[in-house]
Amino acid sequence: MRRIGIDVGGTNTDAVLIEEGKVIRAVKAPTSEDVTTGILDSLKSLGATGVLKGKGIDGVMIGTTHFINAVVQRRHLTRVAALRLGMPASASLPPFCDWPEDLAALVRGGVWMVEGGHEYDGRPFMPLDEAAVTRAAGEMKAAGLKSVGISSIFSPLDPSHERRAAELVGKVMSDAVITCSSDLGRIGLLERENAGLLNAALADLARDTIAAFEQAIRDSGIAAPLFITQNDGTVAEAGQARRLPVYSFASGATNSMRGAAYLSGLQDAMVIDVGGTTTDVGQLKHGFPREANSVVKVGGVRTLFRMPDLLSIGLGGGSHVELEPLTVGPLSVGYRLLKEGIAFGGKQLTTTDIAIAAGLLALGDKAKVAHLDAATCRKVFDEAARLAEEAIDRMKTEAGDVPLIAVGGGAFLIPEKLPGVSQVIHVEHGDCANAVGAAIAQVSGECDQIFKDLSRTEALSAARGIANDRAVAAGAARASLKTIESEDMPLAYLPGNSVRVRVRVVGDVAAS
Amino acid sequence: MSLREITADDIESLAVGAWVLGTGGGGNPYLPLLNMRALYREGHRVQLMEASDLDDDDWVGTVANMGAPLVGQERLTDSLTLARAVSVMEEHTGRRFRALMSMEIGGANGVRPLMAAAHLKRPVLDSDTMGRAYPEAQMTSVSVGGLTPYPLSAVDVRGLESIVKKVPSWKWTERVARKICVEYGSVAATCQPPRTGAEVKKWGIHGTTTKAIAIGHAVREAQRKHDDPVAAILAVEPGKLLYKGKVIDVARRATEGFLRGVVRFDGLDDWKGSTMTINFQNEWIVALRDEAPIAMTPDLICVLDSVSGEAVGSETIRYGQRVTVIALPPPAVFLSPKGLEYVGPRAFGYDLDFRSVFST
Repeated sequence: MRRIGIDVGGTNTDAVLIEEGKVIRAVKAPTSEDVTTGILDSLKSLGATGVLKGKGIDGVMIGTTHFINAVVQRRHLTRVAALRLGMPASASLPPFCDWPEDLAALVRGGVWMVEGGHEYDGRPFMPLDEAAVTRAAGEMKAAGLKSVGISSIFSPLDPSHERRAAELVGKVMSDAVITCSSDLGRIGLLERENAGLLNAALADLARDTIAAFEQAIRDSGIAAPLFITQNDGTVAEAGQARRLPVYSFASGATNSMRGAAYLSGLQDAMVIDVGGTTTDVGQLKHGFPREANSVVKVGGVRTLFRMPDLLSIGLGGGSHVELEPLTVGPLSVGYRLLKEGIAFGGKQLTTTDIAIAAGLLALGDKAKVAHLDAATCRKVFDEAARLAEEAIDRMKTEAGDVPLIAVGGGAFLIPEKLPGVSQVIHVEHGDCANAVGAAIAQVSGECDQIFKDLSRTEALSAARGIANDRAVAAGAARASLKTIESEDMPLAYLPGNSVRVRVRVVGDVAAS
Repeated sequence: MSLREITADDIESLAVGAWVLGTGGGGNPYLPLLNMRALYREGHRVQLMEASDLDDDDWVGTVANMGAPLVGQERLTDSLTLARAVSVMEEHTGRRFRALMSMEIGGANGVRPLMAAAHLKRPVLDSDTMGRAYPEAQMTSVSVGGLTPYPLSAVDVRGLESIVKKVPSWKWTERVARKICVEYGSVAATCQPPRTGAEVKKWGIHGTTTKAIAIGHAVREAQRKHDDPVAAILAVEPGKLLYKGKVIDVARRATEGFLRGVVRFDGLDDWKGSTMTINFQNEWIVALRDEAPIAMTPDLICVLDSVSGEAVGSETIRYGQRVTVIALPPPAVFLSPKGLEYVGPRAFGYDLDFRSVFST
């Protein structure tokens, strides 16, 4: 296996070549305004080292914050037609009802609500009003809309109404891009619908970005398929990533965690990724980040779909340090560290200055921080350690000491011993763990639905079967599939023996 | 008679305060809050009325949603459907309600009467029948008062309308209404058995809407000023600070239609080295400190996020959360022998004599 992993971060675009499980070479290039130039530059500098000569590359796996940034910065968004199936229910809370007004104004192309949807037990709530769907599609077309987000009540349990509506809309608008909420979905109509509408709003950007990535790979002279890394640490082939860009929202942090697991050889551990401004803390279970089981806000919009459970705190290599009284962060000089830090001739005391004074980092001008004595440095490190310790403890799901993998450029802030931690592990190539995580990504399948009147074992087994089939459909080799998450929640108030089961499996990319 | 208009800001506070009074259950009021924001944007307004301003022969409609919280996240209860539940009852009895009130001020049902009231242009009473949230329909002040347990209307958004015309007890009201609710798809808008003005004045739990608004307002102001939100609650309510700690274990199981379980905490700050355990049945029922019971229903046990001051529910509480546990005084009606029989620790299967944290 020879793969190139690329992580496009805010400051740097990292690229690594991995061959038969070993990091052969890692390079960095500045992230460019257009993203693709940075990718092309990093691929070129990887090529310049000579490591790409001779042998073929099996895949280029790219992790990017491009899509989430578009939502946060309100740029490059497509106007969306929202079609909800579920009338007469939920009428008083139409699509976009809880969006920030500025974002809704950019994205809301129109709202159509028609009869349809299902009950919690799979019974139809109302028959799908096909004539109304066709009428709505005609109006969308007349309004010049090209991207459609379809949602339906309880569609994670039965997506048939969404699928049928997509067919009907496709007949009227043959060039429309259609997102069905059941392709993203968890239970929770508004949050699932929101994820679908955000996805639909990224239709044009996803098409252009993926095409530009493919062009950058061709321009670099590499003949390999493109994969885009996903929120859960797996990859999707370019076509699927183009269809479901929201699944790439949090891939940067996820890739760091996956890379940390890979570089350390640990499957179950806490990971702390210390950047310049923020520190992300998450938990690895079976080598994958634990998922958020709750609402995650993206650009002010409440969503509920596959996202890693992360805690971000304002601690990093660029964090402001105040000595009287002692505070570390949350303000940071960020990418201006090399200008504004004391050791670099600037005026703002940072955690990096402290590390230089303490002799942990050989950067800048040590004489400029000579006035910081050992006791002062110790106090600052203790405060940083306290912040890290609290964040780690909040993210642990059980009592007892656990191993901690420290990665990222600011990992020097994490001491060798922390309460609640059995062992702190620093790894080689830890500063490009994110690109490593991209390079090693696998393919996943998921099932999240309610089962009735089955024993717990039967329900789990049924869910596993569905998840396996979905992973294979997404390109995994069946023989390599492993269950990495399995949880069941008995449902209060529902009759019968109802249990909601969520199972996720992963496997290697099948040979094509 | 004086009516006071509930402002848009009051409703934001009500949602936060009702969630605190939910004592771990009752459902998050987020969706009712979204409905109220939309209704106020459209120009609807709701008036608040004192129970003491009712005439004895007035009639009052008690509004509540019934069903599984999970279904409520997909079939989002429409404000017109709640209003319809009230109208169905008026058509059945032939009597017009002077005002509406909440069955339980705790959780999402603390906000829902306002959704119906906005459409029907009736005032909402500053009263309810639980003063908090409880899991079953017979755990109310009107049930303790032995008031008539029928009729009840249950409405579905598709136009299904049912009346539970006559039952011998509140337990039966609960059983029959629950069956109807399940057939509807495990969600129904209900109008509970109608009450006269005299009954509400005698058996209602008063001042609870205002109380929820005051609690929510205190929390939101403290958040805005970066003050301690828990201290802010204790400044407006005669509550007691019981414990500060972090969650170290959560065990849940669903039995007989309820979410039951135990949460364990390790102490922080002044409580370092001391443990707490809280048992729940949807709502927090009994709290033990270092294995000894220190607070129990009907005292209100509120578990709050130590930083935001917002309530933490039994469905979503998880390991590592920093929480502060406070107790708020129980409604007096639940302190009688009959009240304790309905909602005391033994009603939830705990062989404990009720002892209030406020009695010492």
